[in-house]
Amino acid sequence: MSTLHTVNKSPYEKSSVGSCLAHVNSGSAILFYEDAVYATIKGASIEQLVTGTEGVKLYALGADLKARGITDDKLIDGVEIVDYAGFVDLAAEHDRVQAWV
Amino acid sequence: MSEDIKKFMYLNRRAPHGTIYAWESLEVVLIGAAFDQDVSLAFFDDGVYQLLKSQDTSGIETKNFSPTYSALGDYDVTKLYVEQESLEERGLTLDDLMDLKWEDEDDDWAEKDSIRLVSRAELTDIIEQQDIVFSF
Repeated sequence: MSTLHTVNKSPYEKSSVGSCLAHVNSGSAILFYEDAVYATIKGASIEQLVTGTEGVKLYALGADLKARGITDDKLIDGVEIVDYAGFVDLAAEHDRVQAWV
Repeated sequence: MSEDIKKFMYLNRRAPHGTIYAWESLEVVLIGAAFDQDVSLAFFDDGVYQLLKSQDTSGIETKNFSPTYSALGDYDVTKLYVEQESLEERGLTLDDLMDLKWEDEDDDWAEKDSIRLVSRAELTDIIEQQDIVFSF
């Protein structure tokens, strides 16, 4: 029973990313898209929070990274980039989608 | 005339593509530049993301307005204050930002940096020196 969590707000402006990370179980996944992709930049103050969840897969939407100038070398290790079709696949693979809007 | 010149500062605190704030700010700055005032911009909190290099919005089908920041110098908007602490909190450095320049006509058109890195305390003081502050 796994959940795909989707987050689209900047972690520095809204509590969505923080609350999502606090409500995620091992075996689930988080997809960061739109302004939430800023949470996947390494060396940031929230990096430990983002990587602190054991057994949770982290994904980021490629088009949103590219739009914001976040190149691959800036990403936290282990964050996997997906495209829109990958977003759909993730939604289909998990038992439910929980959106943190 | 000179006593009519006011210090205008635009505060940019939002990330560029998720909402319209950043683009709207840029539009207002360009319109305001026509009025011969002393204009400066501040980038802090998520606003520092507006100046990141290599933004390419082709995949999200929105206008990429980031190249427009490099045109600000031509409108005599030459003071872009960027807060150091906001960059650091976000895992960024000055090298991650666009290399924005302006040409100083009083100095044989020498190319100068538009971005001025300032501390949170310095930015606070700079804002306090303004006549008019616009928030985006």
